[in-house]
Amino acid sequence: MEASLRETEKEKTRTRSKSEEFRFRLKPELLIRMHDFMVKSRVLEERQIRMYKQSDGYFWIGGPGEEAFNVPLAMLCKKGQGLDYDFFHLHYRSAAIMTVLGLDPADAFRQMKNTATDPFSGGRNFSNHFSKKEWNVVPVSSTIETQYVTAIGTAIAQKRHGGSGITVVNGGDAGSAEGEFASSLIWSSRPGNELPMLIIVTNNEWGISTPAKTQHGDSRISDRGKAFGMKTLTINGNDVEESYTHLKECIDYIRKERKPVLIEAKVSRLYGHSSATGCNFAADEEDCLAVFEKRLEKAGVLSRAKMDQIRENYVKTMLEVSQQVKQEPMPDPSTIYDHVYANQKGRYW
Amino acid sequence: MATMVQAIRMALHYGETHLGVTDIFGEDVGPPLGGVFTATQGLKKSWNSPLDERGIIGAAIGLGLAGNRCVAEIQFCDYIYNTIDLLKLAGMQCWSSNGDWNLPMTVMTPVGSGIRGSIYHSHSFDATMTHIPGWKIVMPSNPQDAYGLMIACLKDPNPTMYLKPKALMRIKGTEPIPGEPPLTPEGERQLKEMIDAPLSARESWKPKWPDLTDYTVELGKAKTVRSGEQITVVSYGRTLPLCAQASDQLKEEGISVEVIDLRTLWPYDWSHISESILKTGRVLFVNEDTEVTNFGEHLVRRTVEDHFYSLEARPRLLAGEFVPGVGLADPLEMASVPQLGSIMQAIREVVQERA
Repeated sequence: MEASLRETEKEKTRTRSKSEEFRFRLKPELLIRMHDFMVKSRVLEERQIRMYKQSDGYFWIGGPGEEAFNVPLAMLCKKGQGLDYDFFHLHYRSAAIMTVLGLDPADAFRQMKNTATDPFSGGRNFSNHFSKKEWNVVPVSSTIETQYVTAIGTAIAQKRHGGSGITVVNGGDAGSAEGEFASSLIWSSRPGNELPMLIIVTNNEWGISTPAKTQHGDSRISDRGKAFGMKTLTINGNDVEESYTHLKECIDYIRKERKPVLIEAKVSRLYGHSSATGCNFAADEEDCLAVFEKRLEKAGVLSRAKMDQIRENYVKTMLEVSQQVKQEPMPDPSTIYDHVYANQKGRYW
Repeated sequence: MATMVQAIRMALHYGETHLGVTDIFGEDVGPPLGGVFTATQGLKKSWNSPLDERGIIGAAIGLGLAGNRCVAEIQFCDYIYNTIDLLKLAGMQCWSSNGDWNLPMTVMTPVGSGIRGSIYHSHSFDATMTHIPGWKIVMPSNPQDAYGLMIACLKDPNPTMYLKPKALMRIKGTEPIPGEPPLTPEGERQLKEMIDAPLSARESWKPKWPDLTDYTVELGKAKTVRSGEQITVVSYGRTLPLCAQASDQLKEEGISVEVIDLRTLWPYDWSHISESILKTGRVLFVNEDTEVTNFGEHLVRRTVEDHFYSLEARPRLLAGEFVPGVGLADPLEMASVPQLGSIMQAIREVVQERA
């Protein structure tokens, strides 16, 4: 009898621990919003991948697997145009950031399909190479890490302007080997001229096909910021709550102190580098959305059925939108000279 | 009688006081040095950056995207080569965003031979720079143009590259810059006292700027500096005064040489060149960058395509030798890039040729 009681107590303890394991510190409303954005972004990119596989676009590259970090990041940023708002110097794995900022999925598909209606590049650039002046999203470039030096300039302008606008720059772990990454650490921490920059490295431990552990001896990329006296941290970017909590603390600090933070987020790369490597689901990587949904269900925030419904709705909508976009025209060859210079139309010389 | 470097400095001052220039920066650009050629002495908006060319160009791009107006300096063009992809990036911001973003920014860098600068202080950059679309590119040959071209760059909403011919930095102008003291020895001394920093006690020194006014040399406009009938010579930067000198000396041999100062390399003033070639029937392009895939080769091609049947002799290019660098020893430098003698000889050959 006594043994049986002890077993019951043990079972209760186990149950409590398990329940606590899934408990959130953030409010349900916030969790539900973040989940919705994560699903929307994931489904959008999976639709892009399908478009690529159906030959509706020449190339896909994106960021499924970075949603748990990118969604809270964008939710904590100030969207707008000009120095009072946050500037974004993004790499091509930032669809979730744009989704939160208000990306129209049709526009993402337009760029995927290289249509004349692609508002980010007029059919000139790869998928997820966003550009939107109205939101301070500077043109995304395929050059690895140049965004870390262009970010210096907007941050200088913001520091001089005052206010609370900050510059956000992100890139990958492999690219941290480029000189621009070192430049951003040096320039953002000049004594007396520290810059309001959130310097992000999303570390998926790959550089196309090359494992990071074969090329990088630094155990934590964020430690490189310590030499410059800046606030640094490495977090689990697959945990949405951890990401939100740390990002909020960092962004609040930068807005107030006008000094840089280097944050390294450990994330997954769920569909490989790009279509060049097949863009097939990587089952051996942790899926931040699956992890989040499991917790949401166990914590009683959202039911499995509800989450399935949310996903199905987005799948249906994205399919419809992508089919509409497929009907849109390709760019006219006569436009190749447009915008080589400001306000230029047609061949200049 | 401002020197070219004083003219550039005054234009930058006009920019920071009248054209909204927010930053003039680069290695040793701020006080106390004010630039290795003193082009940025005494400027309110000048500051020193880390020794990091990629950081400098990247910061300039960011400042431009943020709506600020900056002038970034690369100390010698020999050190700009590791920023090529950033220059390409700057040149495509407007195009790749389908016109959503434009990028107002100016980069200035000393170019060319003439100061015995050895392998890494004598490069030219016009051949490489004219391969990068999206930029406007200028190179002055006298102080007045140096002033007017800088102001034009500062007003332009696109990336502009200002190439400073280092051999001409100390030449004195013969045409006035609006607001500078009279073009007399007294005026020259007066200007020096006003805007040249003393060698010592610079910390407390403040410039006294002349009452400068706007003077803009429109981008894309060449200038005929010598009129002639038998041959057109097109040049810019260091070799332009040599071409003008050649024109003057060849008069004694009965050769009439028209000399055009291109001033803006991109967009170049083809109608101006074209008109002159149609008049003389002969053309020589002169610059000091290495001769293979040289910008002058493009101009030769354009000449052949547009005016082949109007030419009385083969169009020619006189440029730097295709060697990895400019050697330090005087005979080596002189043999590596066009000099007065080689320019005069090339002109004679084109004029004497019978098609």
